[in-house]
Amino acid sequence: MEQNQASIYPGDEPYHSVGPFVRGMRDAIPIGLGYCAVSFSLGIAAGNVGYTTLQGFWLSLLNVSSSGEYAGIVLSAEQAGFIELALMIFVANARYLLMSFALSQRFAPDATLFHRLTIGFGLTDELFGLGIASKGWLNPIYMYGAFLPSIPLWAIGTALGVYAGNVLPPVIAEAMNVAIFGMFLAIIIPPAKKDPVVLGAVIASFVLSLAASLLPLTASISSGTRTLVLTVIIASVVALLFPIKEEPGQDIVSEPGESPADSGPV
Amino acid sequence: MKNNYYIYIVAMALVTYLIRVLPLTLLRKPITNRFFRSFLYYVPYVTLAVMTFPAILFSTSRLLYGGMAFAVGIVLAWTSGNLFVVELGCCLVVLLMNAVLH
Repeated sequence: MEQNQASIYPGDEPYHSVGPFVRGMRDAIPIGLGYCAVSFSLGIAAGNVGYTTLQGFWLSLLNVSSSGEYAGIVLSAEQAGFIELALMIFVANARYLLMSFALSQRFAPDATLFHRLTIGFGLTDELFGLGIASKGWLNPIYMYGAFLPSIPLWAIGTALGVYAGNVLPPVIAEAMNVAIFGMFLAIIIPPAKKDPVVLGAVIASFVLSLAASLLPLTASISSGTRTLVLTVIIASVVALLFPIKEEPGQDIVSEPGESPADSGPV
Repeated sequence: MKNNYYIYIVAMALVTYLIRVLPLTLLRKPITNRFFRSFLYYVPYVTLAVMTFPAILFSTSRLLYGGMAFAVGIVLAWTSGNLFVVELGCCLVVLLMNAVLH
C-alpha cells in the first residue's frame, strides 16, 4: 500500500504529510490576496441592496463565486422566487460543471467520497487551475492547503466591501459602484479580443440587454429574469451557430502522469 | 426584511454546491453533447455581458458617468487586460466626472 501511494502521487510527499498542505497554502496566497480585492467590489454591490457586513461574509464564504454571487445579489434584492433563483445560479455557475468533470478525472481511483465532497465546495476558476496544474493524481491535502488562505480572504473581502460602502463618503462609494462591472469587463473582453465568436456574443449581449431593458414588453420584467432569459437564448443561439471544436483531448484535462504543467501553477 | 437575505444566501450556496459536486460524485461521465458543451463555453461571457450593460449606467448618479466608465473599462480591458487596472480605471472615471461636472 505504501508503495502504491508513493507512485500514485509522483514527486510528492506521502499522502498525509504536511508538505502538500503547506505547498497548497503557499501557491494560493497570491490567489487569496487577489480574491480579497476582487470580492471587495462584490461587497459594494451587496451593500447597495442592503446586505449587512455579516451577510456579505456568509454570502461569499458559502458561495465562492463572483458572477453567481452577483446574480444572486440582484435576484435577492428583487425578492425573486426560488425557482428563478436556482435557475439563474445554475446558468451563472454552469461552467463549474465542466471544471468539476475535468477535475473528477484527476482524482485517484481510490479517492474517498469525503474528499470529493469537500473539494467540490471550493472549485473556483483559480483553485481549479491549481488542482489541474498539479502533477499526477490530485492530492486532496494540497487542495485543502490552497483553500485555507483563499476562501476566507474571499469572504473577508466581501465583508470589507459592504462595510466600506457604508462608511465611505458618497462620492467615493458611487465611484466604487462601477468596480464590479469593471471586473466583469476584464473577464469577458480579453477572450473576446482573441475569439471573434465570443466578441460577437458579447456585443449581441450588450445590445439585446439594452433593448430588453427599454422595450415596454420586457422592461417590466425584473432584471434578474431578463438576465436569465437573455443568457439562455443568446448562449443557445451562439452554441447552435458556432459550436466549439470537438477534438479529443481538447478538454481542459490531461491524463495523470502527462500533465503539461511541469513548471507548476501560474 | 434584511434577514430574508440569509434564505437567499443558503439557497444560492446549495445550487452552487450541487453544480460543483455532482460531477465529482454521481455523474462522473464527462459531458459529450456538443451543443451543451458549446453552451457552457459561451454562457459565462454572455451572462457577464448581460449583467454589465446597461446596469452599469444605472449604478451611478448620472447615466453619463456609468457610460463613461463602461467605455473606459472596455478600452482598458482590450488594451491592458489587467483586472485591477480595469476596475481602478472605471472607478477613477466616475470620481473624475463627479469632481468636474458637479
